[in-house]
Amino acid sequence: MNINYTPEELAFRDDVRAFLDQALPADIAAKVKGFRHLTKEDHQRWQQILCKQGWYATHWPEEYGGVKWTPVQKHIWDEESCLYGVPRSVPFGVNMVAPVIIKFGNEEQKQTYLPRILSGEDWWCQGYSEPGAGSDLASLKARAVREGEHYIVNGQKTWTTLGQYANMIFCLVRTNTEVKAQEGISFLLIDMNTPGITVRPIITLDGEHEVNEVFFQDVKVPVENRVGEEDKGWTYAKFLLTYERTGLAGIGLSKAALSHLKHLASRCIKNGRPLIENTSFSQRIARVEIDLTAATISNLRIIAAVEGGGMPGAESSMLKVKGTEIRQAINDLARRAIGPYAIPFAEEELNLDYEGEFLSDENAAPLSAQYFNNRKLSIFGGSNEIQKNIVSKMILGL
Amino acid sequence: MDFRLNEEQQMLQDTVARLVRGEYSFEKRLAFSETEAGFSVDFWKQLSELGLTAVPFSEELGGFGGGGIEVQSVMTELGRGLCLEPYLQSVVFGGGLISQAGNDSQKDVWLSGIASGELQAAVALQEPQSFYDLNDVQTRAEKKDGGFVLNGRKAVVIGGHCADLIVVSARTSGGTRDASGISLFVLKPDTAGIERRVYPTIDGSKGCDITLNNVHVGADALLGEDGKASDVIEYQAGRAIAALCAEAVGVMEVANELTLDYLKQRKQFGVPIGKFQVLQHRMVDMMSELEQARSMAILAASVADEEQSDERRRALSAAKNVIGRSGQFISEQGIQSHGGIGMTWEYNFAHYAKRLIMINHQLGDDDFHLERYAFLLQAS
Repeated sequence: MNINYTPEELAFRDDVRAFLDQALPADIAAKVKGFRHLTKEDHQRWQQILCKQGWYATHWPEEYGGVKWTPVQKHIWDEESCLYGVPRSVPFGVNMVAPVIIKFGNEEQKQTYLPRILSGEDWWCQGYSEPGAGSDLASLKARAVREGEHYIVNGQKTWTTLGQYANMIFCLVRTNTEVKAQEGISFLLIDMNTPGITVRPIITLDGEHEVNEVFFQDVKVPVENRVGEEDKGWTYAKFLLTYERTGLAGIGLSKAALSHLKHLASRCIKNGRPLIENTSFSQRIARVEIDLTAATISNLRIIAAVEGGGMPGAESSMLKVKGTEIRQAINDLARRAIGPYAIPFAEEELNLDYEGEFLSDENAAPLSAQYFNNRKLSIFGGSNEIQKNIVSKMILGL
Repeated sequence: MDFRLNEEQQMLQDTVARLVRGEYSFEKRLAFSETEAGFSVDFWKQLSELGLTAVPFSEELGGFGGGGIEVQSVMTELGRGLCLEPYLQSVVFGGGLISQAGNDSQKDVWLSGIASGELQAAVALQEPQSFYDLNDVQTRAEKKDGGFVLNGRKAVVIGGHCADLIVVSARTSGGTRDASGISLFVLKPDTAGIERRVYPTIDGSKGCDITLNNVHVGADALLGEDGKASDVIEYQAGRAIAALCAEAVGVMEVANELTLDYLKQRKQFGVPIGKFQVLQHRMVDMMSELEQARSMAILAASVADEEQSDERRRALSAAKNVIGRSGQFISEQGIQSHGGIGMTWEYNFAHYAKRLIMINHQLGDDDFHLERYAFLLQAS
């Protein structure tokens, strides 16, 4: 038993740090660390830098431009990125559709789409959930009917994250209504500029435009845009979801949020003293830090198992539940730390170029909105209830 | 022992309920929130025409001398509608400070205006460093030319952006967190030296921070005895806490109704999701939290207008602590039970959730009141 990194892993961490010290643009890091929103341009600028370094596609084989990192190296990268304020890669292209194309796509699809993901030419979004198919994803209704060399797609997708920026969407559609729900689904790659597609914003409770509804009306999709076999899409969808779930625990993000919280609590004042000196508040921070320590080691145990050749199974579902609860607890404390200043919504202070006087702490403005926004963590990527169902079925046999 | 409202109180509550149901649809509320005032001036007028803004005031002022239970009846219904009007700030808190501390001529001018709804008051007691401690006052008031000069900054004054009167606490003597030496002043917002930074609030209302820069006022602006305002503030903040608890109960009632409806309607895996035991138990927990909160709101309303005592202080802190916790539970678990739809601006649930969390940030959150309760426990 040894819970420490090997010398090689420590050397890798030094490389990562050296790269980030030199390559990460300060303005982007400041936005990430201050919980400000990134523009499409910010994401693309950082992606170019990562690609140049060859570190963008960490889940891909080298022949397609990937980098051959071990699970521990990926973890080190994830952890350091979060502490440095590296933007999280928008996962839909590089980490979600690409592994599906690599595993199940034909050669032409690989040659067409993978380079465009690396170059940033394509921005992908995900067409999974529907208004009537959330936790029960297999009940999806968007219909694709074969007509010669095309599918005609009709239906609606929802919760499409950053769909407003996307030019490509991967969709689960129903191609067969005669069979069991899971057996009549196909996996289509659809150009968002095809006539008949409408994107409508969904504004979330914090006033942000992050997610969308996507409507399909008689949308013609070439048959060659289907990945794998017709009616076998559910298999590919599940494969993709295992990629989605790894990393959903957000351990690195929680560490960054915790360090932000401590900094905040050392500056906020209560009874004339820094809030961090208040016994009950510091105990609340201590408790969440202890929980995070446990989750960090649980995460490393899963990573070590994968490194040893195992597959991440229902353990990552357990970790997703714990990890999201911890991050939400940190967001809750950050909101509490600013006391009455949780109430104002000083939108102008969200802009990093803001030069006026701050109402309270310079990092206070996004905190309430962020607390509300991150209620999504326990809902998306398979709600925490669904994750618990997976654990009770797969591990406990209940 | 009788937990029922009497006939008059029931009529009062029904009146407000009818008005809110008729005038305060979710869509209208969104529109009210976008206006410059941040609430419906029309609805405020209707409240006053029905005598509702006069509820806690004496009969000479057009009121009917209502106490904690009457205020509770009004506030619960305003909570159900997520109403944005400054009832708490103006009628309960501002009006309360003036009626407890004001002299006859101040009451004559200001209270009658507040009771009739013609004057809107706001309360500026917090400061950037004060957290929730209303004795933590750095704003200074120096005697000058028979009046006072005020300097300092007041924080998060809900409704302060459009109030006609702002009740401000300032120190005439003593150190930063001393209870003694705090005085109250009633300011007109157009007085020279007053600057307001206006902002929307997370829960759809509006407020401001106020900078006082050599603000000269006459001696008649002083409310109550010089340096002796701490007790008045504490007592009236207690009444405001009771009112907030009542509002929170109204908000929680609707939040739970919406969630229960959703559990019955929303189908996944071929059945209404309310058939899943994990969601059934969660809904039961939400209901139990609401009942705990309702009990404490009743306790708070019952002591709100009693004479000050440690027993009253304990009851009010206990109530605010429970309301803070149950409000957060219902807010978070309600969103979770709704899934994605609970996260959207267009559907009303999230707005109830936001109000509940923000109520916890008004007049002390559950942590603050737990500490205060524990302190009173040790002191007794």
